[in-house]
Amino acid sequence: MSQSEAVANGSPTAAGMTGFVQDWKADKQTYHVPWGKAMMWIFLVSDTFIFSCFLVGYMTVRISTADPWPLATEVFALSFFGSDPIPLILIAIMTFVLITSSGTMALAVNFGYRRDKRKTVMFMLFTAALGATFVGMQAYEWSKLIEYGVRPWSNPWGAEQFGSVFYMITGFHGLHVTAGVIYLLIVARKVARGDYDKKGYEIVEITGLYWHFVDLVWVFIFAFFYLL
Amino acid sequence: MASEAGQQHPLGIYYKIWILLFVLSLFSYMVDYMDVQGFWRWTLVLIFMALKAGFILAIFMHVKWERMALVMTILGPPIVLLLLIFFMAVEGHYTESARVQYLGHDANQAPAHVEH
Repeated sequence: MSQSEAVANGSPTAAGMTGFVQDWKADKQTYHVPWGKAMMWIFLVSDTFIFSCFLVGYMTVRISTADPWPLATEVFALSFFGSDPIPLILIAIMTFVLITSSGTMALAVNFGYRRDKRKTVMFMLFTAALGATFVGMQAYEWSKLIEYGVRPWSNPWGAEQFGSVFYMITGFHGLHVTAGVIYLLIVARKVARGDYDKKGYEIVEITGLYWHFVDLVWVFIFAFFYLL
Repeated sequence: MASEAGQQHPLGIYYKIWILLFVLSLFSYMVDYMDVQGFWRWTLVLIFMALKAGFILAIFMHVKWERMALVMTILGPPIVLLLLIFFMAVEGHYTESARVQYLGHDANQAPAHVEH
């Protein structure tokens, strides 16, 4: 059932807190969105807790160790063509790639609701390509750190926990990006095939929610792990 | 509020937020690049982070236009995380002080510089 149908079927239409009370007291369907979208949101809330556990765990080990924490700005610096190392540059580029992909995803969702199938598929594939680029750069970053001798149990610069936190958090995030790329490719193929021509394009928005969430998590990882 | 035909909004707002996210990311990178430290580093990084997260949630993920029942489901439960953060920070500081006091760790060492 699309949202417009839900509204037409006499669902509560008041906004804000009045709408909140109406939706819950009605003793029937609470969320007036397609079920797939409600389930995606519930999955994302649970995923929020998983990433929060990792980040809070990172905070705890970083506070509790008396050893000095390695300087992320130096660890993730890269030099190009023999230049002086530029601090954190690879991570900055990865951040821009992911934000770009979020923008193209938002456009895909928008063109989906406009029923512009060609542009929807095009932007979804573009988003998937940017996601794959991100994962590729992350693999490069991992290879550099492994080369420097960073291990989950030790590293040359300071607190041993640095390695385990780094591989755990960026690895789990990278896994999410990889899954997102596969998810995008599957849905893009189904959109192109015309599976949603009758059903409506809400599936593109649901896929978009997952993709934006991956970007959202990166915002926190970028701030807490790389910048602070 | 649920709009009449799904989540359909003018393209302009997406472009504006997109550019804003780029600018905010650039600002947070500049904090590191300019080597801002201490209080201002934390303040600036956290403000830029909160703004970016807020815009992604509100506009790209359409939370701004959802009904309150769904918004509360999304934003309500994660609030308890603040409590977890608080407790684990207290616990972490206690562990560190125990390591310094009873195990003789030195909490004031500088990390080794990275040779590229």
